[in-house]
Amino acid sequence: MISILRTRLHQGHQTNRFPQEVPALPARFRGRPQLSAGACADACHDCAAACPTGAIQTQGGLSLDLGRCVFCAECASACDAQVITFTNDHRMACSTRADLRITPEKMLQLAAPMADQLRRVLGRSLKLREVCAGSCNACDLDINVLTTVGWDLSRFGIQFVASPRHADGMVLTGPITHNMHHAVIETWNAIPHPKIAIAVGTCAIAGGPYIDCPQVHNGGEGILPRIDLFVPGCPPHPLTILDGLLRLIGRIADPQPEPGPGLAAPPPAPAPDDPVSRSTPRPDPSAPPPAPDAPAPLQPQSP
Amino acid sequence: MNPLGQWHSTRQGVAVDQAAVPTLPPEAFSAQVSASRQRGGRLANLFARRGAHDAVRLYAIVAFDASGTLELCAADLPGEAPAYPSIAATCPAAQAFEREIAEQYAVRPEGHPWLKPLRYHPPDRGTQPWGRFDPAETIPGNYPFFRVEGEEIHEVAVGPVHAGIIEPGHFRFQCHGEQVLHLEVVLGYQHRGAEALLAHPNPVRAILAAETVAGDSSIGHATAYCAAIEALGGTIVSPRAHAIRAIALELERLANHVGDLGALGADIGFLPTNAFLGRLRGDFLNLTCEICGNRFGRSLLRPGGILVDIDPALAQRLRLRLLELQTEVIEVLELFFSTPTVLARLEGVGILTAVQAADLGLVGPVARACGLGLDVRHDHPHGAYQFSHIPVAIEPSGDVYARAAVRWLEVQRSIEFLLEMLAAIPAGSIRAAMPSLRPNALAIGMAETWRGEAMHVAFTGADGSAQFVKAKDPSLHNWFGLAMAMRDQLISDFPLCNKSFSLSYAGHDL
Repeated sequence: MISILRTRLHQGHQTNRFPQEVPALPARFRGRPQLSAGACADACHDCAAACPTGAIQTQGGLSLDLGRCVFCAECASACDAQVITFTNDHRMACSTRADLRITPEKMLQLAAPMADQLRRVLGRSLKLREVCAGSCNACDLDINVLTTVGWDLSRFGIQFVASPRHADGMVLTGPITHNMHHAVIETWNAIPHPKIAIAVGTCAIAGGPYIDCPQVHNGGEGILPRIDLFVPGCPPHPLTILDGLLRLIGRIADPQPEPGPGLAAPPPAPAPDDPVSRSTPRPDPSAPPPAPDAPAPLQPQSP
Repeated sequence: MNPLGQWHSTRQGVAVDQAAVPTLPPEAFSAQVSASRQRGGRLANLFARRGAHDAVRLYAIVAFDASGTLELCAADLPGEAPAYPSIAATCPAAQAFEREIAEQYAVRPEGHPWLKPLRYHPPDRGTQPWGRFDPAETIPGNYPFFRVEGEEIHEVAVGPVHAGIIEPGHFRFQCHGEQVLHLEVVLGYQHRGAEALLAHPNPVRAILAAETVAGDSSIGHATAYCAAIEALGGTIVSPRAHAIRAIALELERLANHVGDLGALGADIGFLPTNAFLGRLRGDFLNLTCEICGNRFGRSLLRPGGILVDIDPALAQRLRLRLLELQTEVIEVLELFFSTPTVLARLEGVGILTAVQAADLGLVGPVARACGLGLDVRHDHPHGAYQFSHIPVAIEPSGDVYARAAVRWLEVQRSIEFLLEMLAAIPAGSIRAAMPSLRPNALAIGMAETWRGEAMHVAFTGADGSAQFVKAKDPSLHNWFGLAMAMRDQLISDFPLCNKSFSLSYAGHDL
């Protein structure tokens, strides 16, 4: 017992102070890529040719899709003009698939908070069920890291739970293999409404290194009815994942601490009656019982 | 004929002409592979490849760990209803390999003791021996399990979606009360087609696949893959690049061993080490991130060398940080291993004997915890391990305690190795140009990942392009070991046993 206490004393308080203080990342950390404007004069297309997952388009202007990017930095090495560079900014999580596509002119649109009504229900107590559907395990390991004492995810009211019945949403990793298709749908259907879906890692967004392989789907789009948060990376740094989750529940306030170049401040949360509001509002508890219009359960399709 | 049979003897990291591999009739092939155990051989790989005229060619790789040699032989099977006498019938270590061959190429291993799908996917052509492939019906777990019948027998099914944040797999227990009579492990949920990608014409897609065979063993698999490709190219990789690969591989081992020991603490309810080691694991990953910009070592290795250097200032920073971490890890793990309640919970649970481990062909820390002295770094050294040796950590008792203790020994030795390597990284360039590969050849690359032996076997075609790469994760050997270790154990000990093996689902399913 004495030695347990002594070790505890030596270990001290280990939880970082994010989001008040952002932990320092190594200088070489490959975070958010950035396209510089104007320098791409010779239209060599070397970056697009070097990209293994087709994340870069040069037709009709240079663009980079963070949803497909595996952060291998082959494009940056191929570009003599250094038009593409990888900053060590961890902030990359977005609300829509289209937001992940950046150009020299279009800045990355960071994730917006959930709609007000949904945030009132889930914002202070968000329980998530993680489903790994063909990931290499790296994304899952770095999600797990958030539950360690270094990050202590539960201080934000976010917890990973065992049963989908206890969950408010699903965190998906992996491209969804044919062999996990059924289990993903069953798990999604078992989560009560209202619910959210979060895709962590480039596999879950667009297939990642396994993009277009015949054994997999290219991520959760088209299988889950919608995705509320896209966290790019291969795998994303725990800081990137946590930053995205906190933006989703509105815990990271605007303006950002030290906003780097190339980032736009997130738009305000959509109003509850906003037609683009991304989630089914939960009925008022005093209102008559629910939602015959709740989305029908998904049916597994044969692969 | 040679009384030892017809073999081609080679080593890892050496290119071999495919024509030099002796081809035998199927019966002689099976007999001589089975008999190689009497000579001290260990079945390191058994796989098939589609050859000319639809024929299927089987390859066996038998490792002689004492001499560091690998022996190869092959057998050609006809395209129509291919079959051969099962090797698993006499050599249980072949069971998973033969199921893989049956599944991929519709080859029947005659007399296999328990032939069933491995990953649940359609064959490249033909009909698998179990005679069905309806994609709607042939999903993992939809399979007649081995069942124990009796009034007081009950069955427990777990997965594919588990309680924690882990990979999917299905476990089916046959229990009598708390006692597990039999465990059947069904995998395949993670099957995503990594093997085909390894031979992708775009070399970057191929190395990305190698890095994601098992995401927590990125450096290990990339090392093995690069060793095979570099052998085919005749590339001389600089000692500096080899040293930095070894540094990254040992950091990977440290992070995972430390994380697993922490998770064992959680499984037995000893939370101090769980909390402390969970954080320390991240500190080791962060050192990898300092080197290459990614916590899992992505895009550090490429055939020919590495992409980023460790300059003297970084080497010094890493050393100082490692010295701090060494003090912390030693304090926390000495607490763990000196607490009587911890030892009482670990000792005598999930025992495998050395004979069982050798029969099943187990590798890595799991085999070393049964008293087998297997370690690729020692037995088949390549790169930096040819010049700097790490002692092989062995514990004889074969229980959860032994599997934990081997990791603890390896943590200490890896830190010492790193401190030594970082103080004296050889000079030189970090990446050599890759010439075109030798045509019609094959080469074997191996690495001791933190789970054990990873092996990549690369084949080139007549034009010198990589045509086929066979990847093997140590988990393919070791999953059956977990099932055997659970026999007659309490079902409540399963999480503990499972974590002490800590196997990869993605690496098994490819």
